[in-house]
Parts: sequence; structure tokens; C-alpha cells
Amino acid sequence: MIRFALTKFLGLAATLLVAAAITFAALDILPGDPARFILGINATPDAVAALREQLGLDAPALQRFFSWIGGMFVGDFGLSYTQGQPVGQLIAGRLGVTIPLTVIAMILSAGIGLPIGILAARRRGSFADTGLMVLAQLGVAIPNFWFGMLLVLLFSVTLRWLPPGGFVPWGENPFAAFASLILPSIALALPQAAILARVMRTALVDVQGSDYIRTARAKGLTLSEAVWKHGVRNAMLPVLTILGLQFAYLVAGTVIVENVFYLPGLGRLIFDAISARDLILVRSSVIILVLAVIGTMFLTDLAYAWVDPRLRSRKAE
Amino acid sequence: MALRTAVAAFALALSFVGIADAAPRTDLRIGLVLEPPALDPTAGAAAAIDEVVYQNVFEGLTRIDETGAVQPALASSWDVSADGLSYTFHLVEGATFHDGTTFDADDVVFTYGRITAADSVNAQKALYAGIDSVTAVNTSTVELKLKGPDGLFLFNVGRGDAVIVAPESAANNANTPIGTGPFKFVNWQKGADLTLEQYAGYWGTKPALTKVTYVFINDAAARVNALLAGSIDGINNTDASTLPVFKADPRFKVVVGSTEGETLLVQNNAKAPFSDLKVRQAIAHSLDRAEIIAGASSGYGTPIGSHFPPHSKDYVDLTGTYPYDLDAARKLLAEAGYPDGFSATLKLPPVPYATVGGQIVASQLAKVGIKLTQVNLDWNQWLTDVFTNKDYDLTIISHVEPFDIGIYADPNYYFGYNDPDFQAIMKQLNETTDEAARKELLIAAQKRLAEQAVNGYLFELAQTGVWSAKLEGMWQNAPVEGVVLSGIRWTE
Repeated sequence: MIRFALTKFLGLAATLLVAAAITFAALDILPGDPARFILGINATPDAVAALREQLGLDAPALQRFFSWIGGMFVGDFGLSYTQGQPVGQLIAGRLGVTIPLTVIAMILSAGIGLPIGILAARRRGSFADTGLMVLAQLGVAIPNFWFGMLLVLLFSVTLRWLPPGGFVPWGENPFAAFASLILPSIALALPQAAILARVMRTALVDVQGSDYIRTARAKGLTLSEAVWKHGVRNAMLPVLTILGLQFAYLVAGTVIVENVFYLPGLGRLIFDAISARDLILVRSSVIILVLAVIGTMFLTDLAYAWVDPRLRSRKAE
Repeated sequence: MALRTAVAAFALALSFVGIADAAPRTDLRIGLVLEPPALDPTAGAAAAIDEVVYQNVFEGLTRIDETGAVQPALASSWDVSADGLSYTFHLVEGATFHDGTTFDADDVVFTYGRITAADSVNAQKALYAGIDSVTAVNTSTVELKLKGPDGLFLFNVGRGDAVIVAPESAANNANTPIGTGPFKFVNWQKGADLTLEQYAGYWGTKPALTKVTYVFINDAAARVNALLAGSIDGINNTDASTLPVFKADPRFKVVVGSTEGETLLVQNNAKAPFSDLKVRQAIAHSLDRAEIIAGASSGYGTPIGSHFPPHSKDYVDLTGTYPYDLDAARKLLAEAGYPDGFSATLKLPPVPYATVGGQIVASQLAKVGIKLTQVNLDWNQWLTDVFTNKDYDLTIISHVEPFDIGIYADPNYYFGYNDPDFQAIMKQLNETTDEAARKELLIAAQKRLAEQAVNGYLFELAQTGVWSAKLEGMWQNAPVEGVVLSGIRWTE
């Protein structure tokens, strides 16, 4: 198990380094000059040149790459071009929104999707099954930002139960902070829940027809007992894969949902930073996201090994 | 059924909460489309900076009022020498910065020294390049000497780019702005909102509002919802296409005014075929302004025939110079050697009036055989490709700077327009301070630009604000960038 984890971990570190290089290169060839963007079209060339020098934009690309990588090892992400504040501090300030948002959305999507999938599989072919799967199909098809808009129209504009957007800091009022995350996390979670429900249903239906369930039935277990004791655990393998992948989708989804609900999260920070060509801020935020996603992949791999003992004994791929 | 009734009753009860307030509110929540990147108006061009701090947190020696006229601010009065080269400003007494330090002549000297310094990063440095010296005569008098007369100097002194900052705090103004204005900066939750509070030590008339929160809402639909849900009380300028919702709702008032934004179909005058006057005239004849305004700006905006705002006292209506006439356009194209028209690219920045307007312009020019390929760019690409590298045929953009007709006198500007006659008019204008003579020159300049059809002059951008019906005192027009709070109050 330890060897398995170690090999996986080294692979992830390499992925991270490659991601850093690609992010840097991709952003460096983007057209656009942050200094010109900050000073606008009436600025004199010497004012723009002065600002470029202040921001350290004149150094060669390789030098900037290594000072960025080197800085990250000691926790220094550099200074934002447009805001003049430490990038690490700006990102940290946004995690208080994005982490709870993704975690709540993740819990919601699993909490809604998995039971629906199990229910549909157990009542396969019934009216409930068809109805739930039609709903799930609809859920997959609806984009999260549009669904978010509908939620706002109902719960904020018409009923006025929840705020239409914005965020009250946790330190100021934790209940209001949580209330600001309810609608966005539902908007983020529901399409993912629909996918999970479909995957869970298919996996469980497959398992129900397998030999070991028949053997368990032959040993005298009822179908329910056999499915609960042997089926669900085996069906969890494909579901875990999807859950791991979904985390990446949820994180990407925050970029859109945080804009629709004007939440001060990491997704919105990246969105604004790209439009302002605050490249140093974009780079470091992207790396944090890459880290989060591959960290989840790592945990998913470990969870695999826990669910399926065969993976532990086999040499890691 | 019972459940539905209960839900409806609950919703109804909730919607009545807050109606019983007795005294008028003194807090205000304003929606802003863009979040300012920083808060120092002397070191950045973003309009969002001025929307938060101009005349609210920071003040200049003069200020621009709602009509675009120059009014006293930190200078209560001034004397101008007969040759127009020396300005003596008499400063107000008792003004203090929000950190408690006193405002005096040294702050003025420091501020202007910072703007004109070699390493200055002021976005409008060129406007103040004519300053020769700034001296403190005594603590409440400052003398500014110019290298040459400048008819717009007092206006430029009143801009956000020249607000007075203190040597003790200037370095930190980007994140914790310290000015002399009626409101002091309190808190900025990056990515979400920013709060100002009334400054108790303000030297002038105290505003009615005590607390103002700016909420940054990038998404157009989210802005509509925020207004409808009452989570913000107004927006200074929002998408014209969303206005019908609010016009029909008695809880809101729609405030439509003008800006300094001349919206243009910019032509690369240095590049064929746009270097040919006949081609430019043909394009001018092919543009149907009414249709463009209806489509690109939901009908809000005033047609223009030259590069000048219609609300200015020096404006002359030149929309009839090349009236909409497709036959005339085809004839001119044939004379220019393009009987079947030609192909060109139209590079568009990411603003609705340009992306939508681009489609309309393309369909209008197609009628005379000019086939446009539309390319959508983001702001940075636009700044690099079009503005800096001049690598474009046509673009659509609104030039929002006040009094910016002088940009046509710069042959290196991205218009690529090099006209000695126009440059002579501008040179003369800069050296003239007499009002009547200036008016004559400004009219001559407008006419020259219209006749030369330098750009396709489309319309003056409108400012379309939506506010709670119970608010009053908002600026209708935008002669400068900013949302000036001092006159805003709740009526109940």
C-alpha cells in the first residue's frame, strides 16, 4: 500500500511540474501588455515603460519562470500586477468561498445522485425508474449557470428567501455566509448529481446480473442483502472514478457560477485576472487548482485500492 | 394545495418586511459592472477606479460638475495671469486627509511633482506635460506655471488623474486610499464589495449618505436580479437592453443621460483603401445611424456627424454631411476604383455596442459591396493589435475621454490620420483662451473631421442608470468618469 501510494505521489509531482511549465508558456505567448491595460489608451509610452519596469515585465521569460517556480517552493507567489498585493494572500482570501462551495456541491451531488441511482436500479423498469432517469437526463442537459439563474428568480426575486448573490464574510456572520452559498452550490451540484445517478444506476444494474450475486442468492441471501453486502461496494468503483473527475468539473464550474452569483471566489479571481492580463495571478491560481485536482485524483486512487484489494497487491502502473 | 397557500403567505409576509421604516435610509448599495483593480486614480486608467473614489474619497483643486463645468474644490478660488501662463490657487482652510494629517500647499506640490516625474505612471501624464513649475507661495497658496497657454487646464486639474494625495499615504492609495473627500475608505472585500463611510472631519458640506457599499456584478442577468431582489439600490450605468424591465416597474426609475463617449467606426486612414477620401465618404454614405443605435444600443444614444458630444455648447450638428445614400456610396466607390466593393476585416473589442454594432455595420456595408470579416477580440488583444500595433482595417470603439478631439492631430495615433490643416486648427486652439475664438476653432475642427470622413461617426454613447424610485440626486450625465455620491439622498 505504501509503495503504491509513493509511486502515485511521484507521478503527481511530475504532472504538477509539467502543468506549471505549460501554464507559464501558454500565458506568456498570449498577446497583451498588462502595463498598457492598467494605464489605458491615453497613457504616454514612457509612462507605460516606467510601469513595465516597476512590474518586472522586462526580464527574460526563462528568468521569470524560474523565479516563479523557485518562489512557489518557499510559498512566495509574487505580487499581482494589477492589484499590487501578494498573490498568495489574494488567493488565500478567495479559498474561504471556493472550498466550502465545492465541498458542499460535492456532498450535495453525492447525497442526491447516489440514492437516486440505487433506487432506480432496485426498481429497474418501473415507473419510478423511468421518471428519475428522465429527470437525470434533463439535469445533465441543463447548464449550471442557467439553472442558477432560475434558482435566483424563484428563491431571491420572487420568494426573497435567499440572497441573489454576493457574500458576507464568515467572520462577520457565518449564517449569512452559508446562506450565500446555498443557491450556488445547488446550481453547481445538480448537473453532477444527475450524472452520478445515471452512473450509479448502470453500475448497480450490471452488478445485479453478475455471478457472485447469483452465488450469494444461492447461499440464501435475499436480493436486497446480496446487493447491499456485495453489490454496492463493487458498483462503487466506476462511481469513484466519476466522483474524482467531477471534482475537476466542479472547480471549473465555479468560474461560471461565481460570476453568476458574484461570489468572491477563486474562479472569479481567475476570470478577472485573465481579462486584466494579470498573468502572475492567473498562473499561480491555475497551479493551485491543478494541485487540488491532482490531489483529488491521488485520493481517488487510494480509495480504489481500499475498495478493491486486488489493486493493492498488483504493482502500481 | 395547503402547502402552496402557506408558501405564498410566507412569501407575501417576507415581501412586506422593511416597509415600516420611518426615517429615510442613509445607507446605499450601488452595483458596479467592473471591480476596480486598485483604488489610486492617479496610477491607473480603469473607469471603475473613478467610479468609486472620484469626488467621494479624493478631491482635486477643482472639480467637474454634472454639466461638465469647472467648480472650486480644494482650491476655493484662483487667479490666472493675463498671458495665461500662471495660475495662482487659493486653497480651502481646515481640510484634512482621512488619516488626520492636514491638507496644505505642500500636498499640492507633492501631487503635481508625482504626476510629472520621469517615473510617473499617471495614465494621463500627457495632459500635465505642459506644467513648468509648481511652487508653494505659503501654506494656503500655490502657483502653477505653464510652458504655454492651455485652454483646458482648469478642467484637467479637476480630473480624477489629478486628485490631491498626501506624501504620507500616497504609496498605499492603491489598496487603502486616503483622500480629503466626504467619504472615507473602510473595507474592500476583494471580488465582492467595497464600503465607504462618511468622513466626520470633512471640510465641506456633509453628504446625506453615511454608508455606501459598491457591489461588483459582472454578469448582466445577475445585475437585473440583484436590483429586482432589492440587494442593490441602483446602478449608474447598465445594459440598455435590460431597461424595459425597470421602466415597467414603479419601484425603479430609469435615468438616461449622455456621456463623453463618441462611438466610432474607426478606419485605418494610413492603409489602403481607407487612405482614399472617396472610400471613406462612401462608407459614411452607407451608414444608417438610426438602425445602428436601435440595434447596438437598444435605441439609446444620439447620432453624431463628427467627433464631438452633442450636449457641448460648442457642438455643431454635422450628421447631414454625408447622408445615408447607397447610390452616392456606390458611385464614390466606383470612382475610387472599387466598382464591386472590396473585402476588409472589422476587429471588435468585447463590448456589446461593438459586437452587436459590428454585425449591423457589416450588413450595411455589404449593401454597397464592402464585405467585412468580423473578428472578436478581448481588451488586451484589441489594445495590442489595433491600438498599439495599428494592425487593423476597421474597428468599432467608443472614445470616452472628455475633450479628446485633439487625438486626430497626432499622426502616430492609431487612426493613422495625418492632416496638416487639422493639426494647424488644433495648434491654434491650444494657444487660444478667448471663449468666442475657441468656439469658432472647435466648430472648424468638427467640420474638417466630418468632411474628411476620418472615421464613421456613429453615436454618442448614452448613460443608462437604474435606481430605486426613492432615491434622488444622482448625476444624469457623465461629463467625467465617476459616480458622485455627495448629492444622493433617500426621499423616504
